[in-house]
Formats: sequence, C-alpha cells, structure tokens
Amino acid sequence: MPADPATLEALKSACGELPASEFRGDTRVAIAREKLLDAMRLLKEVRGFDLLVDVTCVDYLNYRDAAHRFGLVYLLASTITNERLTVRVYLDEPDLSVPSVTLLWSGANWLEREVFDMFGIHFEGHADLRRILMPEEFTAFPLRKDYPLQGRGERHNFERIARADA
Amino acid sequence: MSLAALQPSTAKEQDYLWTLNFGPQHPATHTTLRIVLKLDGERVVDAIPDIGYLHSGFEKMGEHLDYNQYVTVTDRMNYISPVANNVAWHGAVEKLLGIEITPRCKYIRVIVNELARILDHLLSTGAMGLDVGAFTFFLYAFYQRERIYEIMETLCGARFTHSYTRVGGVMHDFTPLVIEKIRQFVRTFPETLDDMERLVNRNRIFVDRMKGVGLLTKERATNLSATGPVARASGVTRDLRKDEPYLAYSDFDFDVCCATAGDCFARYYVRMAEMRESLKIVTKAIENLPAGPANVGVDERTALPSKSQVYQTIEGTITHFELVMANRGFTVPSDEAYAAQETANGELGFYVVGDGSNVAYRARTRPPSFIHFAMFPELIRGHTLSDVVAVLGSLNIIAAELDR
Repeated sequence: MPADPATLEALKSACGELPASEFRGDTRVAIAREKLLDAMRLLKEVRGFDLLVDVTCVDYLNYRDAAHRFGLVYLLASTITNERLTVRVYLDEPDLSVPSVTLLWSGANWLEREVFDMFGIHFEGHADLRRILMPEEFTAFPLRKDYPLQGRGERHNFERIARADA
Repeated sequence: MSLAALQPSTAKEQDYLWTLNFGPQHPATHTTLRIVLKLDGERVVDAIPDIGYLHSGFEKMGEHLDYNQYVTVTDRMNYISPVANNVAWHGAVEKLLGIEITPRCKYIRVIVNELARILDHLLSTGAMGLDVGAFTFFLYAFYQRERIYEIMETLCGARFTHSYTRVGGVMHDFTPLVIEKIRQFVRTFPETLDDMERLVNRNRIFVDRMKGVGLLTKERATNLSATGPVARASGVTRDLRKDEPYLAYSDFDFDVCCATAGDCFARYYVRMAEMRESLKIVTKAIENLPAGPANVGVDERTALPSKSQVYQTIEGTITHFELVMANRGFTVPSDEAYAAQETANGELGFYVVGDGSNVAYRARTRPPSFIHFAMFPELIRGHTLSDVVAVLGSLNIIAAELDR
C-alpha cells in the first residue's frame, strides 16, 4: 500500500523539501544522511512505522545516470495501517558512514551488519558491527560492483595454519 | 573464527561459565549454523550465533543470471518450500516489469503457494516434534510431505527444486492428472492433520517442553522485524495475504491464525492452524480454477511461448527469438521495485533493481530466516540447554536462506 500523503507532509515539515517518487505503488523518499535519524524517529514514533522490513544497499557504480555511488534502502511498514514507505540515503566515497537505526528498531542489528559485510558501509552507533556472512579475515566487500563474480583469489587472505599449530 | 572474536565486548567475565559450541554440524540444528552458548550449569546465560557457513553469494549470482534463470537459485534458498520462493521472485520481477498475469496463472500460483506453505509447516512442526522427542509425529508429517512432492513431480518433473514459475506465467499448466492428485490430497490430508494434533497437542512431554519457552512479546516481535507465524504467535495480526492481497487471495475466505502466548507452543499451534486454512484455500481454488491460458499472450513478448506455438505460428517464432536472443529480451525499466509475499516463514520479499538489460542490477532477498535467527539469543536467555532445540525448531531456521 502506498504511503499516506500526510506522512510525506510530516516528513517535509520536519526535514525540508525531499525528493519523493512513486513507482508501481511504492513511495520512495530520499533523505540526507544528517537528517536520517530524526526522520526515522518521526516515522516510527509519530507516523506509526513500527516494522523495519529490510535494510539493504545498491551499488550504482556502472548504473546509467547515477549521481551517487551507493544507495541505502530502508523499507518501512506499519503493522496497523499497512502503509509502506521506502527511505533512501545516498552515499559517496570516501565517507561511507551513516547513523545506525538499531536504537529505533532492534531488527536493524543483523540487517545493518549484512550491509556492512557486503558493501562496507559503516553504521555509526551500531553496538556490534562485525562481518556476519563472510569470514572475519575477509578484506573485500563482495556485493560491490567492482568485486568480480569469479577470478579473484578468494582464499589469498586467509590465515594459514600448519597442522602442528592447529 | 576464534571464540574471542565472537564475544561481544560487553560480556562480563565470569570464569565459572561453560562455553559450549553448538553446531555447525549438529543433528538438531538441521542445517549448518553455529551457536556459541554460555552455560551456567544447564542454564543458557548467553548465546552468540555465528552464521555464514552456507553463504554462497546468491545475491551476487542474481546480478549475473537473467530474470528467468535466477528462479533456479531461489529454489535453493528456502528449499523446504521452494515453489513459494519462485512465486515471490517472479512476483517481484513482474512488478518491476509491469506485467499483469492471467487469472488462471494467479489461481495456479495461489494453489502451489499454499501447497508450499503446507510443505513448510509440515517440516517445521514435524522437526519441532522430532527435536523434543515426538518421533511418530515427525513421520506422519513426512509421509504427507511425500504426497505433496508427488503432486509437484507430476506438475513440473522435479520433486525438490521445482523452478516452476516463469516471467509472465508458469512452466507448465495444470494437467487433469495434477488436479486429480491435488483433489485427492485435499481429501486425505485433514485426517492426518487430526492424527497429528491428537498425537501431541495434549501430550504432556511435548506441551511441557514447548509452553512458556522462548517468549516473544508483541512489541518485541514487531521491533525485531518478525513476520509470519513467529509474529502471529505473539499476537501481531499482520498477514500479507489479507493486508496487501496479491495474486488472487482476495477471492478466498480464510482466517489469519494468531495466538497471544508468543512461546514455542503458540508458534507450533499457529502453524498447525495455518495448514487447515491453506487447505481451505486450495480446495476452493482447485474447484474454481479459471479457464483460459496460464501464460500471458504471445503478443506481449514476456512469457516464452509453448513449443507448438513456436513451431506452428509466426508470432510464436518471433516471440521465442525476441526473448532468447542475447541482444533482445524483456523491456525492463531503469527503476527499482520491492514486492513481498507471505510465505510459510514470513515476509519473503525481493528488492529488484532493473537497468534495462535482461539481468537484474541488484536482486536483494529479504530472508525471513535471517531476521528470525537474529532474535534467537533474546529468546533463549534464561532457558536450559535442552530448550535450544525447541526454540530453534519453532523459529524454523533454514540455513540456506539464512546465509544465501
């Protein structure tokens, strides 16, 4: 269900003018990184978006007409009104950090860890930002577009343990 | 990964605590996942999940396989109910591409979706029983899973990895034999369901092991992004089939099954009740299956035409070539769409980014198992070691979907 126009109005009055768009019934807004936490708090506490459906990221490295390198995607929903809203935050290298929303939704914990693991986005204020799917020794961020599907020595950076030391 | 690396820095040093490594190869984890438990005697003080053993880059593969090819990978996510993933994936792709599927296809997808839900709930409740000692219960459940596998085998030739849907339709339409087999299953299944409920619903051992274990309140469930039976067992009434009716779900009369206790028994109970509702939907859908084609028309150039159309009509031949040639294919907008469906485990969504080519620029899965496993430490704290398997079973963690 697309977002209520009142939600967008509330967001605009709190954070100023926002680029909002609609595609196939999904309402999307782009929020500046500095205002993300305030906007999210407003959406959760005033507009009733109590469910953080997903946190993910898209790397727009080779994307046609893309203005930014990374686009974070927060999918929000309300379990009462079934309203849905997609919040986007655009990031550019070298400063890939964004405030964590774990204090608002505990469910963001692993979702943000996965984005960190796969894209190297740093979530400030996350209590336990470690790699989650890839091993701790891994140095690259595999879902970035400059990481190839195959051909790079995936095992080169692993610690070698001799049988005697094991 | 070393144990020290897993330890959150906030954990207090208590040297009398035992550290127990649960998994990654343990029969009760059912799949490959690892939990580091901190035990005070038999009581779990803390649990630190360590996942990623089955990570095989499904989302990266989604950026290199086209919209029809990737369906084979979605099979391998929640392999307990593969066809539900197929339907969810192509639901998202069709939303991005703006394709409206035929009424018959909607009904077919509803039927296979509900069969998949039964398939999944049979395994999760069965395994829950198995983990707490109800072996007969598990065998009853598996016997019925076999019947659904037979239906799926007749339908698409594969028992386990169905890859049944296609962009704009399905692989094969229902044949009279499939319809007959589904009718027969719908007739015989309630009896087994009754038997299963009689076996454990009032069984002292089962109830004692499940009741009051792994409590999740309604507020925490929503805050932790829980969906599906896990959330509904805590009193969240959200069911996408009712709240955002997709496919043909608005045509059917069914109840959303909820409980308020939020413990393992409630999660078991919700799943058992949902199977009866699924059965209602399948019964109604199979009798009211709309006539007409299962795939969108040849002129729309989205679904692959049948072989007889390719060989006997010029439109079929052209469509076939348009779709399979490397420099042609679907008309994809450079935009992004998220579509979610209520699968057995919860909200399974795909965030698909199109860039005009035949391959998704980004194919993000919203995996319910991953989100539910994140709440495991909170559910198990304070319970005994033997409750670990009960909680794990009630969350229905499928490691292939967990790690993707």
